[in-house]
Amino acid sequence: MATIAEWLRIDAERVIEGLEDAREMLDSANGELVLDFSSVRRIDPGAVRALQTLAATADEKTVKVVLRGVNIEIYKVLKLVKLTRRFSFVT
Amino acid sequence: MTENASSLSEERIAYLEGLVNQARTAAAVFTQCTQEDVDRIVKPMVLAGLEQVQNLARLAIEETKLGVLEDKVLKNLVATEFVYNYVKDKRTVGIVREFPERGLVELAEPIGVIFSLIPITNPTSTVLFKCIMAVKTRNAVIFSPHPKAWRCCSEAVRIMYEAAVKHGAPEGIFTCLESHTLEDNAYLMQHKDIGLIDATGGPNAVKAAYSSGKPALGVGPGNTPVYLEKTADVGMAVVDIITSKTFDNGTICASEQTVVIDDEIYDLVLKKFAELGAHVCNEKETELLGRTVIDPSTGFMQPLAVGQKATDIARMIGLRVNPNTKLLIAPIQGVGREHPLSVEKLFPVLSVYRAKSVDEALKVCVDVNHAGGLGHTAVIFSRNDETIRRFGEVINAGRIIVNSPGSIGALGGVYNDMVPTFSFGCGTGGGNSTTDNINVYHYLNIKRVARRTPAHMWFRVPSQIYFNMNAVENVRRLPSRSTIIVTNPPLEQFGLVDIVRRYIPPETHVHVSVIPDAEPEVSVVMQGVEALNFYKADQIIALGGGSVIDAAKIMKLKYESPQADLEELAAPFLDLRKRVIDFPSEKVNRARLIAISTTSGTGSEVTPFAVLTDKERGRKVTLADYSLTPDVAIVDPQFVMSMPKGLTADTGVDCLTHALEAGVSIYASAYTDSNAMQAIRLVFKYLPIAYEQPQNEEARTMMHNAACIAAMAFANASVGVNHALAHAFGARFHVAHGRANALMLPHVIAYNAAVPSKFMPSPNQRGYTAHQKYALVSDLLGLGGHTIEEKVNNLVTAIERLLDQLAFPRSIAAMGISKEDFALAMPELVKNAFDDPSGRSNPRMPLVSELEELFWSAYKGRGLAKVASASQQRTS
Repeated sequence: MATIAEWLRIDAERVIEGLEDAREMLDSANGELVLDFSSVRRIDPGAVRALQTLAATADEKTVKVVLRGVNIEIYKVLKLVKLTRRFSFVT
Repeated sequence: MTENASSLSEERIAYLEGLVNQARTAAAVFTQCTQEDVDRIVKPMVLAGLEQVQNLARLAIEETKLGVLEDKVLKNLVATEFVYNYVKDKRTVGIVREFPERGLVELAEPIGVIFSLIPITNPTSTVLFKCIMAVKTRNAVIFSPHPKAWRCCSEAVRIMYEAAVKHGAPEGIFTCLESHTLEDNAYLMQHKDIGLIDATGGPNAVKAAYSSGKPALGVGPGNTPVYLEKTADVGMAVVDIITSKTFDNGTICASEQTVVIDDEIYDLVLKKFAELGAHVCNEKETELLGRTVIDPSTGFMQPLAVGQKATDIARMIGLRVNPNTKLLIAPIQGVGREHPLSVEKLFPVLSVYRAKSVDEALKVCVDVNHAGGLGHTAVIFSRNDETIRRFGEVINAGRIIVNSPGSIGALGGVYNDMVPTFSFGCGTGGGNSTTDNINVYHYLNIKRVARRTPAHMWFRVPSQIYFNMNAVENVRRLPSRSTIIVTNPPLEQFGLVDIVRRYIPPETHVHVSVIPDAEPEVSVVMQGVEALNFYKADQIIALGGGSVIDAAKIMKLKYESPQADLEELAAPFLDLRKRVIDFPSEKVNRARLIAISTTSGTGSEVTPFAVLTDKERGRKVTLADYSLTPDVAIVDPQFVMSMPKGLTADTGVDCLTHALEAGVSIYASAYTDSNAMQAIRLVFKYLPIAYEQPQNEEARTMMHNAACIAAMAFANASVGVNHALAHAFGARFHVAHGRANALMLPHVIAYNAAVPSKFMPSPNQRGYTAHQKYALVSDLLGLGGHTIEEKVNNLVTAIERLLDQLAFPRSIAAMGISKEDFALAMPELVKNAFDDPSGRSNPRMPLVSELEELFWSAYKGRGLAKVASASQQRTS
């Protein structure tokens, strides 16, 4: 039976908080959590750390985290800090 | 994990990994910033640094116990204000430079994390400088200051960091290693996430950086020679040298070490030094100084003397000097270990040497330069430009400072227009990767976006081409005082020379130079040149086939430019515009070359090529240059009406091959295509008629025109592999050129029309089009067919039919060449065909194995050449 993934829109002004919310949603996520980054233009080191934490928790809970609408600049940041391999990306 | 990790505790490794992770994240986040973002951060950083220049200088003095407060303040000012002035308008994000005319754009890519070593001698200024450079280029830096300069450096880092983050730089952009060891440095130098090591410091630090296997900017020690030449402004020079050598107590590695003074001004210079506060040591004091401030076991300076005052150093050797003494001057007699003071001394001790001549002075400067100063800095004071030039040539230094202080001069931006820096690249002489003053561009990867730039093409033919029956009459319009007619015996016997003479004005002196051989050789050409010189000719009329016209082209070349070396001019080339050898442009004589062709094939009357036989060396010399193109071409069919059938066929097929090969050449253009297509059409229509009815004037005229038109195409688009094969085969088995071409032609068309196993690089072509071009020819000839393959196959069949009509042998085998002989010749045939320049313009790159296959196809003969469909080719 098909499952519907949990979905969360990340607010450009509250990226870190959004990612913390996302971490809390991992327990209830049905194997997959989709984070909509389409309104986020840039991220800061705090957001990178929050994504690292989120990835670690998602690994523990075997939840696939999908980042949707990540712009190429942010994608490059994630590539440089070696985080792209820990998430799935959809445009 | 790196190999030095074993000597570090787990806690220490975790600490170092944390630093790297933080810097890596900061650098990654920084990539999102624009040029405007970066510039908004840099300016307040600089202002924050400027506000603290004195505090930082004081901290540095207190901690390192080296240098002079006032000078350290000045250094901090240069490191902020001057560096900012240099970088403020520089583009370091996104597009940094554009070259639209070359289709090139340069873009900046940050390095990421830089690991930076800071020296004890210039601690805070170096930190300020590197922080500004790092932010301007969106990099993160982990600083590793000299342990005895940690506090002042970490304070400088803190000031810059807070200003940067406050204005938008990512957290973690700068960090300073705490209480670090050499093991920490080694660990970080080899860390996979460190992008660059910027090691400003002593030789050990630089060596460690370069040994790490990481990209490094290792800039180290110097030993600055100064040449104080007799024409110099002595007053200015002495003040500059004192200013520089005492600056921060001589701690800048670009400061003066040994001044070589011309004998004529030596005493005056020393007197001036003494007047301005220097103490000139006597022999005993110099010897004592050498033993004290230079370590006799290593030959290097003693660390205890570095950055100390002259009076303190004097005290070290028990020398009582005036308390205002700024500098100790030590006369030396040579350079090397037996002259200890000839090495680098980062304190106010200056060696001086009396030179008896310019040559001796330059020699001693070179000796000093090679005694630890290679690639670093050198200084000359002189008003003699020639001496300055010689000094610059013999000294290996990244910075050669003229008539100004070495240390402040090398820093850049104060006494000259060099880039302001606190890191001096010393080039390979100093074991460094650059001789530059290290600047923002060394903190960037420059990416180049190179757009496809089709090479400029051309269409060059003689400025005058006269054609159709009696076109030779136009000779009358070409004034000449002295004309040489170059021809061969049969043409003279058949009266063709007389036809030409008829149109030469009577006042013109005419001499006929008869070339005996069908393939003229160098010595014959040189006899012709002698005749040109003897008669002071201003016009050459070449009347004959390709060989005669080629010989005349070379006679003209040697007559006009006797210095031309035929052997050298025949050097191989890939691109006519980039060839190594230039044809001579200087001319001692001038002569117009009129080419009147007596065959309808080679087209030599309009081409820039000439082939000559060099019997001495047993080979042919091929020259190619547009300067060889005749000035006037006369395409008059009356000179070909009596061509025998065999020659008509051979030359006609040569013409067809020229057109077909030019049509598919990688240098083909719309200009050459139009000529190639027209020539092919004319050949198919008129060659059979000219062959069967030699006296048919229309057919002869059209074939003569076709040969010239095809030649205009290949003169500008070149030929292809068919000619390469034909040249090799013809030379080996003594087969006429047109006949050799005919044997290869159907097979080469099938080969070129197939999907290439290897494409030929061809910036002027959009995709592979040879098969389409052949199909176009097929359509032009009305050969029918629906698909490209059908059309190409129809073309091959039509050519085979034409060759049959012209009674060409159907195969190499049919010419009586045995399979064994052919196989025996194969290695030589393939080698020569591969070496032949004609193949380089072929649309597909002929592989050696393919050349052999083509030879064997031609051996087996016609009726076998077929083009498979693309899908068949892929599955075969």
